[in-house]
Amino acid sequence: MTEPILVIDHLKVDFQTDEGTVHAVDDVSLSLAPGEVLAIVGESGSGKSVTAMSLLGLNRGPNARFTGTAMYKGTELLSASNDDLRKIRGAEIAMIFQDPMTSLNPVQRIGDQIAEQILAHEKLSKAQVRDRVVELMERVGIPRAAERARSYPHEFSGGMRQRVMIALALSCSPNVLIADEPTTALDVTIQAQILERIKDLKEETGTAIILVTHDLGVVADIADRIAVMYGGRIVEQGTVDEIFYDPQHPYTWGLLGSITRVDRPRGERLPSIAGLPPSLLDPPAGCHFRARCPHEFPKCLEVPPLEDRGCGHADRCWLTVEEKRAKREVRPGEIGLANKEEVAPV
Amino acid sequence: MSADVTTPAAAEPTARGRKALLEVEHVTQWFPVKSGIVIDRTVANVHAVDDVSFTLTEGETLGLVGESGCGKTTLSRTVLKLLNPTTGTLRFDGRDITKANRRGMRPVRREMQMVFQDPFASLNPRKRVGQILQTPLKQRGVAKDQLQKDAADLLDRVGLRREHVNRFPHEFSGGQRQRIGIARALAMQPKLIVLDEPVSALDVSIQAQIINLLEELQDGLGLTYLFVAHDLSVVRHVSDRIAVMYLGKIMELSPAEELYDKPIHPYTQALLSAIPVPDPRENRARERIVVSGEPPNPINPPPGCVFNTRCPRATDVCRTVIPPLTEYANGHQAACHHPLNVTAEEIATSIRSDASPKLAGDVVPDLVPAGVTAGS
Amino acid sequence: MGRFIVRRIIGMILVMFAVSILTFLIFQVIPNGDPAVRMAGKNSTPTQIAAIRDTWHFNDPIYEQYVYTMKQVFTGSLISYSDQTNVWQEIKKGLPRTFALGIGAAIIWMVLGVSLGLYSAVRSGGFSDRLLTVLALIGVSMPVFWVGALMSYYLGYKFGWFPNGGYTEIAQGGFGQWIYHLILPWTALAILFVGVYSRILRSNILDTINDDYVRTARAKGISERQVLIRHVLRNSLIPIITLWGLDFGLVIGGGAVLTESVFNLQGVGQYFAEAIGRLDVPPVLEVTILGAFFIVLLNTVVDIVYALLDPRIRLGS
Repeated sequence: MTEPILVIDHLKVDFQTDEGTVHAVDDVSLSLAPGEVLAIVGESGSGKSVTAMSLLGLNRGPNARFTGTAMYKGTELLSASNDDLRKIRGAEIAMIFQDPMTSLNPVQRIGDQIAEQILAHEKLSKAQVRDRVVELMERVGIPRAAERARSYPHEFSGGMRQRVMIALALSCSPNVLIADEPTTALDVTIQAQILERIKDLKEETGTAIILVTHDLGVVADIADRIAVMYGGRIVEQGTVDEIFYDPQHPYTWGLLGSITRVDRPRGERLPSIAGLPPSLLDPPAGCHFRARCPHEFPKCLEVPPLEDRGCGHADRCWLTVEEKRAKREVRPGEIGLANKEEVAPV
Repeated sequence: MSADVTTPAAAEPTARGRKALLEVEHVTQWFPVKSGIVIDRTVANVHAVDDVSFTLTEGETLGLVGESGCGKTTLSRTVLKLLNPTTGTLRFDGRDITKANRRGMRPVRREMQMVFQDPFASLNPRKRVGQILQTPLKQRGVAKDQLQKDAADLLDRVGLRREHVNRFPHEFSGGQRQRIGIARALAMQPKLIVLDEPVSALDVSIQAQIINLLEELQDGLGLTYLFVAHDLSVVRHVSDRIAVMYLGKIMELSPAEELYDKPIHPYTQALLSAIPVPDPRENRARERIVVSGEPPNPINPPPGCVFNTRCPRATDVCRTVIPPLTEYANGHQAACHHPLNVTAEEIATSIRSDASPKLAGDVVPDLVPAGVTAGS
Repeated sequence: MGRFIVRRIIGMILVMFAVSILTFLIFQVIPNGDPAVRMAGKNSTPTQIAAIRDTWHFNDPIYEQYVYTMKQVFTGSLISYSDQTNVWQEIKKGLPRTFALGIGAAIIWMVLGVSLGLYSAVRSGGFSDRLLTVLALIGVSMPVFWVGALMSYYLGYKFGWFPNGGYTEIAQGGFGQWIYHLILPWTALAILFVGVYSRILRSNILDTINDDYVRTARAKGISERQVLIRHVLRNSLIPIITLWGLDFGLVIGGGAVLTESVFNLQGVGQYFAEAIGRLDVPPVLEVTILGAFFIVLLNTVVDIVYALLDPRIRLGS
């Protein structure tokens, strides 16, 4: 196995709010190998975006507290000074955000916004930068790039703006690309175009990608490994095939069961996970999924460890492998989670 | 025509013998683009909805699907008469409501309700849930001493607790707020509910809860739904029939299951193919058709078939003649000159649908477009 | 753009036309006594009054009077009722003073408003931010005539640090004297605007700083200072700059009446105020039309500048 390029160890992120401390990320450990695509999957409030933002210190602030470590090529990112971090942002680790409509400065030309990042890290002449900008825009599939570089964001469609964001992210050939829901705001046909483009660029550049998403279809399309997050913790991680065909955690079963599929006949009733995700202000003791889990038993009041069952496939559940095999009845889209009596969500 | 709703004629029963609740005939919604130095003249029109016809029968769910800007939201608002159609006819429960004014709409308004995408933005943050639900109940003329009980019953009905009447919207999660939005629509005892992307803002596991709730309510109350969504995988579960829109026009209208097994229009196929399958092995094996380009500008739609600029099967006829909606077996309609997944016999027995755009050409679809390899 | 300007010029003409009719009618309607009687003086005969009425066209039908008056306004030949001086000549004397007051104050309030607003936003929640909030509130709540009178009394009369009102032209007393005489009026006029501008800019910045594109800018690896200046401040200033143009138009167009009067600057505003005191219609009419002209003009300029600063705004449609 190749040496990982990024290692996150016991990351914890707390935010002080008026109502109390929000435990957004609770003991997350991950590693990323060069050239691989790691998907962090979870619903809103699962801590997946916070984890990603923490790597670049984009959510630093007086109310935020980070513990643990995130080592990137000998630099510890969580405790790095803003100045050290600045040299890594954009140049070594770049980021694509969810909403292409708001992620670009509305009053600056597209080309200038890409150029700004290049100039932050490299000393180039004006003409060199201009050439690089046009080349980058062409590479992500923006037609008439030289002319379009002089346009403003509002003159671009959502899909084109996301291409601009990708061009921006790739402009300094980063080693790691963090993509936070990169296609969620786009239409399906445009999403397909953008995903193809990301896949191509990954092949060409060998950039490692951390993909943050809630869409298991996108994950199945592009990821090598998956970390499933729930209530601020990783509940299961493994390769794509392990997660999809041998899921170990009841939450993963539920998640896989509740996706609607267009390539299978529809079932009578859509399987759903009853109840709501836990509050991160005052998370329940023990396993965070306990309240919604159909297989809960007294042991679940203790926090289960993220236990590696070998070869990197790990999960956070007290059930034994045999018990899981017996209780699990999920294959994506085919069999649902044996539901708890569906209670009114609280 | 009088400003009031005309007296209900006997609503025409549809093929399946059930009554038509909503009839939309050749409805067009154009938004003028104005310009001028002193006095504005209309220099162009945004063709948001361009000659669309469909019928919604009582108790059915019609899914209305399309990408952003295809006109599905405009159409859903026109159907509710929140916008007046530029041309065309709207009939609700047999009554012509096309020209009805505010007063004329009042008796009908109650029977058609809407549920919005963003449950938070559509609930007044300063009102308690009880008040939010009591307002429509009062409008319906529920007795004062009944209001409290009825509001609590509604919460029961949508799977919330009766004691939640005293809470404010911000005290609920997204899924719960959507339940409140549904309860508010139910308070009017409507016949038709237009659901505008009701689950798009919700997490996957919550989406399924809301969709299941909507189905229960439909079974229990005999509701009719127009379910607007951008996502083909979501509408599938609730819809009896699905209409696919592109650039203001209906491309295909099909019984729900058939649309997924046997898409006739290349655009529908492209949409289906674009959705990544949550199954890695199958994904690797599957050959995806990625449609290039983006939808054209609705101010200046392309001549002929509006999809011709992106269609892998487009030929000369597609670039010149507007395709009629051709009706195949099972009421499966598609507006395509070179349909997929149909045999020559099926084409021979097909008929030109009355729902075809008025400007559509009088041509019969042919199977293999000359010079283009089918299913590329 | 060309079409937009044509449109606005037509609009300006219409607005000025409406303003002129309204002002003209108001002075016909309000009880201001008979100007002919006032002009004739105490010991006048009815024949004299009738003669005055005749020469000043007071007997003509009202629309003819309007046309006659407007002709005079636009040819610069309108004569005051009370002292028979040429109104345009008087205004011309006052304009440099009004401009000196308005431009100087506008620069002061913009510079101070932006610096304090930026400082407040960067230190948001801290002690200095809260102190500035209180100060801004005090500044906003103090009326100009009161602050002006207070400053004039203490700093001018009592301590003698500043001249007790009046205006010195640069040609006469030199640049130093000019500024020396204007410091108090500038300050008095600017205080209110400094308070308002710093508050607006502060809240603009705090809104903008959480915008997605600012996060994108941070992720690029540029310094926090560059993020603040190139993205946050630049975008937050756009509405401020437009507001500045509008307020400047208001001040020039008559908003500085009180300041000019308190400090006896002899500008257009003071001329206007004195004319009202004498019920002297012609100066009031002409100053009002001139004021309307400045306000409408600055509005147009602001719209054009706004479109230049924010490409999302398209003029002409």
